[in-house]
Parts: sequence; C-alpha cells; structure tokens
Amino acid sequence: MQAGMVITAYVIAAVLFIMALGGLSQQESARRGIWLGIIGMALALVATLLSPKVMALTTGLSYILIAMLIGSAIGVYMAKRVAMTEMPELIAILHSFVGLAAVFVGVNSYLDHSQELTPVMKNIHLVEVFLGVFIGAVTFTGSLVAFGKLRGTMSSKALNLPHRHKLNLLALLVSAVMLVQFVNQSGNDTYLVIMALIALVFGWHLVASIGGADMPVVVSMLNSYSGWAAAAAGFLLGNDLLIVTGALVGSSGAILSYIMCRAMNRSFISVIAGGFGNDPIVSDDDEEEGEVQPTTAEEVASLLTNARSVVITPGYGMAVAQAQYQVQDITQKLRAQGVEVRFGIHPVAGRLPGHMNVLLAEAKVPYDIVLEMDEINDDFAKTDVVLVIGANDTVNPAAKKPGSPIAGMPVLEVWDAKTVIVFKRGMASGYAGVQNPLFFMDNTKMLFGDAKASCDQIASNL
Amino acid sequence: MLIGIPKEPMVGETRVAATPKTVEQLIKLGFNVCIESNAGLAANFDDASYEAAGASINTDTKSVYQSDLVLKVNPLLEHPGQKCHELDMLKQGGHLISFMAPAQNQDQLKQLAERNITAMSMESVPRISRSQSMDALSSMANIGGYRAVIEAAHHFGRFFTGQITAAGKVPPAKVLIIGAGVAGLAALGAAGSLGAILRAFDTRPEVKEQINSMGAEFLEVEIEEESGSGDGYAKVMSKAFIEAEMALFAEQAKEVDIIITTAMIPGKPAPKLITAAMVASMTSGSVIVDLAAGGGGNCDLTEPGKVITSANGVTVIGYTDMPARLPSQASQLYGTNLVNLLKLLCPEKDGELVIDFEDPIMRGVTVSKDGAVTWPAPPIQVAAAPPKKAEDRSPIEPTKQKMSAAVKYGLGAASAVLVGWIALNAPAAFLGHFTVFVLSCIIGYYVVWNVKHALHTPLMAITNAVSGIIVVGAVLQVGDELNLVTILALISVLIASINIVGGFYVTKRMLKMFQK
Repeated sequence: MQAGMVITAYVIAAVLFIMALGGLSQQESARRGIWLGIIGMALALVATLLSPKVMALTTGLSYILIAMLIGSAIGVYMAKRVAMTEMPELIAILHSFVGLAAVFVGVNSYLDHSQELTPVMKNIHLVEVFLGVFIGAVTFTGSLVAFGKLRGTMSSKALNLPHRHKLNLLALLVSAVMLVQFVNQSGNDTYLVIMALIALVFGWHLVASIGGADMPVVVSMLNSYSGWAAAAAGFLLGNDLLIVTGALVGSSGAILSYIMCRAMNRSFISVIAGGFGNDPIVSDDDEEEGEVQPTTAEEVASLLTNARSVVITPGYGMAVAQAQYQVQDITQKLRAQGVEVRFGIHPVAGRLPGHMNVLLAEAKVPYDIVLEMDEINDDFAKTDVVLVIGANDTVNPAAKKPGSPIAGMPVLEVWDAKTVIVFKRGMASGYAGVQNPLFFMDNTKMLFGDAKASCDQIASNL
Repeated sequence: MLIGIPKEPMVGETRVAATPKTVEQLIKLGFNVCIESNAGLAANFDDASYEAAGASINTDTKSVYQSDLVLKVNPLLEHPGQKCHELDMLKQGGHLISFMAPAQNQDQLKQLAERNITAMSMESVPRISRSQSMDALSSMANIGGYRAVIEAAHHFGRFFTGQITAAGKVPPAKVLIIGAGVAGLAALGAAGSLGAILRAFDTRPEVKEQINSMGAEFLEVEIEEESGSGDGYAKVMSKAFIEAEMALFAEQAKEVDIIITTAMIPGKPAPKLITAAMVASMTSGSVIVDLAAGGGGNCDLTEPGKVITSANGVTVIGYTDMPARLPSQASQLYGTNLVNLLKLLCPEKDGELVIDFEDPIMRGVTVSKDGAVTWPAPPIQVAAAPPKKAEDRSPIEPTKQKMSAAVKYGLGAASAVLVGWIALNAPAAFLGHFTVFVLSCIIGYYVVWNVKHALHTPLMAITNAVSGIIVVGAVLQVGDELNLVTILALISVLIASINIVGGFYVTKRMLKMFQK
C-alpha cells in the first residue's frame, strides 16, 4: 500500500473516531457509534500493517500478528469476565496499559537512530521523547494505584505525606531540569532514566494521596492523561492519527473530570494538579446526634404500595451489595401497580462517571425513568417515598450548611419528600467522613442490613 | 375504669364516640366499656357488634352517663329524651372527653370544674407532630373537605372534568378553595380527582407548597403580612390585606363554578369573605359550599344547616354536619383519635388515667381538673414556618471556586506567548502536527460535552479503546531482529491490543444493556 493511501486511511479512521464519540450523545445512536469506532480502528490497523515499512518485514510481521492475537484474546477474556460493578477497576487497568505502551514507544523512538534529523528537529524530537515517557510513566503508575484502590487491595484512604504539594512540585522541577540537560546534551540515557523513575514515583504519589471518594475524578483524570500520552507518542512519531485520537481522549477525560469536580464542588485546577481531596477533614459528629427510627422491610413495602410517587436514589452501596436486580424487581412491581417510580442519580454516585446508570441498565431499568440530579431535585417535595440505597454523602443535608466539610456540594434534596427510607449497613459515616443529619430527621426511617437482602424482602412483600 | 358511650342526643348527629373496633382497643387498654343501646345505629354499628367486641349494652341512659369516663362527640347540651341537661347526668368527680367548644362554653367549663369533673376537649389537642394521631379536628376536617366536594357535585349540574365528546365539548369545572387547612386540602384532593381545575387561597404563605402539591394554583395577594399565629391556625388579618383579598375573591367569583370556603379562626366568628354582590356576579348553577357555616359562615347568604338558592340561581350549602354525613367513617376516625389519646393517658394499660401536666398534649387537652378550669393552656409554638427567620432562610448558594479574572487573563497571556514562541522557533513539519493537535482538542471538547451523563462510563470505555491506537506507533517500531527495540515494541503491541479489544468489547456489553 502506498504511503498516501495509508495517510488517507488514517484520516478516515480519525473521522470515524470522532463520529464514534459523537454517537454517544444519545442512547439510540450509541450502538452505531461503537461500530464506527471499531471500523475506524480496524481500518487504521490494516493500513498500518499494509504500510511499506511493515510490509518489508519478514519475521517481524509474524511477531506483530502473534502479539496482537494474544493481546486480543486477553482483552476479550477480561471484558467478558468483568462484572459491571468492577468496571472502574477494568478501566483503570486499561489506562495503565496505554501509559506503559507510551513509555515503551517513547523509549524506542529514542533508541532508534535510523532517521536523520536536522539539529532543530532533533531537539524537538528529544523534547517529545521526554514528555511522552513522562506522561506515559505517570499514567502507568497512577492507574495501577487507582486499580489497587478500587480493587481494595490498597487502602482507599488518602496517603498523607508531609509537604506532599512541595514533593509534587519538587518532582516537576527536577524533571524540568532533567529535560533541559537531556536536550542540551543531545540525549543522555542517565537523565532519561532518572526522569522516568521520578515520573513513576510521581504518578504513584499523585493517586495514592487521593481518597477513595474522589475516585470518579481520578479515573477520568487518568483517562485524560492516557490520551495525552498517546498524543505525545503521535508527535514523536510524526503520526497525525495518534495526535488526533490522543487529543480526543485527552480532552474527553479532562471534560469528564471537570464535570465530576463541579458535581463535588472541587476546583478543577487542584484536581489536575493532583493530591486534592485529602485535606484533613474534621467531622463534627457531636453536633448532629439524634435518634434514628429503624423500620422493617414489611413496613417499607406497605409504604411503597400506598405511595403515588417513589424516587430511588442509589449510591455506591447498591453497587457493593449488587442490589441492582432487586431494585429493578421492586421498580417493576410498583410500576405494575401504577406507582410512579423514578431514579435520581447524583453525578458522583459510585466510583466512576455514570456508574449507577450502567448498573441500572444492566438490570434493565428503563433509562427514561433514570434522571439526573438537576432534573429531579425540584420534584422531591411532591414525592411520597424516597429510597436511599447505599448513598450517604450525595444526600447529606449538611452540604447546605456553611462550615460543613462538604458545604456547597450539590446534593439530592431527598429530605423534602414525605418519607425517606435509608438503606444502610450501620451508622458509619460516608467517605467524606461527615455525619449525615438526614438519618435523624423526623421523616427518615432507617432500614438496616445488606441492601440486596433488604430489597429482596421488600420485593417479596409487594 | 368504666367507659360510658352515650347515644348522641343532638338532633341530626349520626356519629358515635366508639365503634366496635375502637371498643376492642379500649378493652386492651384495660378499660371496661358500656354502650347505650342503639348508640351506633345511625353510624351503621348495631348493638350486637359492640357486644361481640366486648362491650356491655345498657338501655338506661342515665347510668351510662354515670360511668367513670364518658366519651362523647358533641358539646354538652339539654338532653331531649331525659328532660335534663347532660351536665347534670355526669358523675361527680368523673371524667369527660369530647368536643366542647371551650371558647364558646366557658360557663360550662366552670360548672364542670365545680362538680370536680376532669374534662378534656378534643379541640384543644395541641398541633404538634406527636399529637397528630389524636387530632380529631383534622380527622373531621378531612372528612368535611371531601364531603363538601361531594355535596357541591350533587348540586352542580355539570361534570367536574372536561371532556370532548361526539356531542360537543364539555368544559372542566373551576373550583376555588378558600382556606387550605386540612379541610381545604382534602377538598382540593377530592375535587382534583374528579377532574376539576383547582385554585386555592390562604392567608398563610407557608401553605403554598402544600397547595401546589395537591395540583392546585395558589392565588396570591400582593401584600406582605405575617399571618400564621404560630399555633398552626390562621389569625385575623389587617384591613389592607382583607381589602386586597376581597378584590381577589370578587374577581375569581366571576370566573369559577364552585367555591368552597373553610376559613375559620379559632374562638372568633368566621370572617365574611363572599359578599352578596360576589354571589350575584357568579353564573347561574354555580355552587358555594360554606364549611364555616357552624361559625357563622364565610358567605353573606349562608344559612347554617340549610341549602338555599340565591336570586340568580347560585346554590349556597351551609351544612354544619359534614362529617356526620359520613357517619361510619367519621365515628371510626374520631374513635381512633380518642383511643390514641387514652393510650397516652393510660401508659400502664391498666385502665387508670394518669394526667401529667408536664406533657404539652395532656396539658393542652385538659380544660378542667381538680375543681379548677385549666383552659386555655399556655401556648406552644408549632407552625411550620418559623415566624422571624424569613431572611435567614434564603438558600445557601453553593460556594463554587471560580477562577479569578486575573488568573484567566494570565493563562491566556501565557498561552499566547507559548504559541508565539512555538511559531517563531519550530520548523514547519512540527507546526503541521501542532495544528492537527489543537484542532483535535477543540473537536474533542465539543463532541464530549454533548455526551449524555448516563453514557459517561461507556464514553470512558470507548476512549480507552481508541487510545489503544498507540498500537500503530508500536507496530511501526518492530523490526525483524529481536533486539531491545523490537521486544519493547512487541510488548506495546500486545498490551495496546488488550486495550483495543477489551475496551470495545466492554463498551458493546454496556450499551447493549441500555434499553427503554
């Protein structure tokens, strides 16, 4: 295949990727979108394999095909096996792969001296190598830590080293010095290796010092980094397809993190800089104590039957208990009885943007009754019963009080409803470590126990 | 302790203070219950069913009144059958629980006190959360509001709901409810479920939400005034406010088909809200139901206890016995209110009353004790809207950290300098890639903002898959020789393939689940 045809194929692939992301604006067009993405990817791969340089290979080509086959088999295996609740982990580990690949591509490009470059281009090339390896390394270790935290193999608590901001700044400064030295000496292995090590530690520290509650932001942030890593690789290989795709992914991840930040009332800048969410939080438990009213599944069932309008606000607890099928069961039964059932989803519910939507979709909850926080917040006053299933901080009225650690965070105003049922294992506070006055309100009843078992009992009593 | 349930002597009263169901509950509390023969007949409860519930039946009226505790519905009056006042039949030092209208019957309270009778007035249950189960005014008002709509529908010659039929279009009825207390809200509910267009007015702005929640439009007067009296009931309004509200009513009277008024102020005559002139401006066939008829009526033309038709054909219903028109239900609810009060008064379930004046409910409800009149009780503040705190209640704006203008301009200037530097120093080949990069970021920005919130997880999975495009770079680095470069490139190819295939596969899996 001629070089011109390869480039044309790349352009088409880039357009298809853009259309694939564009397709996600609606559920209806999303499935077509993913096919466009797959076609684009296939086109790019075939064009690359048929490009003059690869065609010239002999044994190399078979190595490539074997590597691709093994990789694809692992990919299918992982994607098939993964439970929807484990989606955040899968995505995190996939990010680390992109990061690692970017590091290798960068290193290779540095080691490969086949191309003759002008002095200026040589310098630019060195900068590109340096940046590519740096971003790739940060993405790699950062994603691994995120994976560990989401898996539970690492403590989800924020690591709190003294002077962590200064440490981060120091790492960046040293890396900048390394960059200058690296370019001035027209490439020096030592500087590159030192920088790579710093970047690996930096990526680890960046994510390690972020608490579990902020994982949706972290995962989207890493998504963004993995995109920039791909774009950097594109610059250093002079490949526009990589640049376009990397830029798309990078900006997508950045926007997602921005949306998540806004939902949690955190500063975008401080997230990109990393190590946010870990300012020591003082919980003022003594202030909001009171008596809770426990209830039973039978009582909840009769409340639901007599209600006209019910809103369910799920949180991470529903994901942990895997209760989405039971929730759908309740939904179906109530809808059959003519009760209006809707879902209110807080933007940061779960550990991933849109996490709750995916779980509910898995259980076949019709997506047109699943509403966003802004769509449903005004309707709580007209709602008879709200079921809070495994959510805590996202329904905390303390957010409306100045001085609370979560003050200003937009929350689902469930307490406006006539009755609120809170499904909870015990009286522990949420990730933010803030006591929730909702539990002590007159119109709140607590249903203690595992969310799945509770939902099962309610469903059987309907 | 023996509880006596007399047959209500008031003419037209159909309710009774206990039903077979509540008798069972009273017996569980440790009381003995004695029912006057045929006491529940008008409410469809016969003597046999009371007996089956465990009560004894007594045909001697006087001995029923001589019980330790008498439960009644209406205030004490001259007993027509016995030719004496009910008061005189009560046992000295006994107990009485009933509606008593204490504000209007202060002489009676004195006489009760003189006879050392402990009396509790159901009107005086304080309106606090804990006492809702004993609030007989609310339970009766609920019935009254419902019945008012039914009476209106009976006298109104049209559908409530709008219909388009083969024989032409039927407009929906417009219903105006004045006073959105329990009765008003119940009336809104009943009229709404019949399909009428609902409007409601109340002097207390805090009920606006409740009115809206019943699907009604809240009519407002453009005058700011403090109108709750702090105890959950309305109070007398200023002259300016009354003028404004009368203008509103006059305007509404011309438009609406049915007016249901429920405006009452405790211990005062009902305010006159619907003047004769307003009635005259209404269309013929319209209906006014005056639920305040017992307190003198909200309408000029109201005749308590009667239905009249005005000169221009407007029906004015002044029944004072709305709850009694649903006798079984009303008796059951009232009886349950009494049982709930007795549960509080008899914590040991031994049939003995313990009256503790530290408890605001017991204090409020008791109007005569130990030979002294204890009415009125000191006030308790209960209204939903705290009176003075209006300004503090403005919603707290989420304190978003916005970038300051200086930072914004600083960033803008910095990027301008950077772009300039690149333009001056970089060769053309690099600038070509740079152009592509910048444009792609912008495209990405617009495309991604359009993605639905619900699809954010699939978005991440698909971007993950496409970022595996780095495989292209890795493939181009593979050589025939198995040196370091080739091995690193092959590892990259392998893991990037995991990414591509895994990412697309999992996205497909997720999207398959999204269904309507």
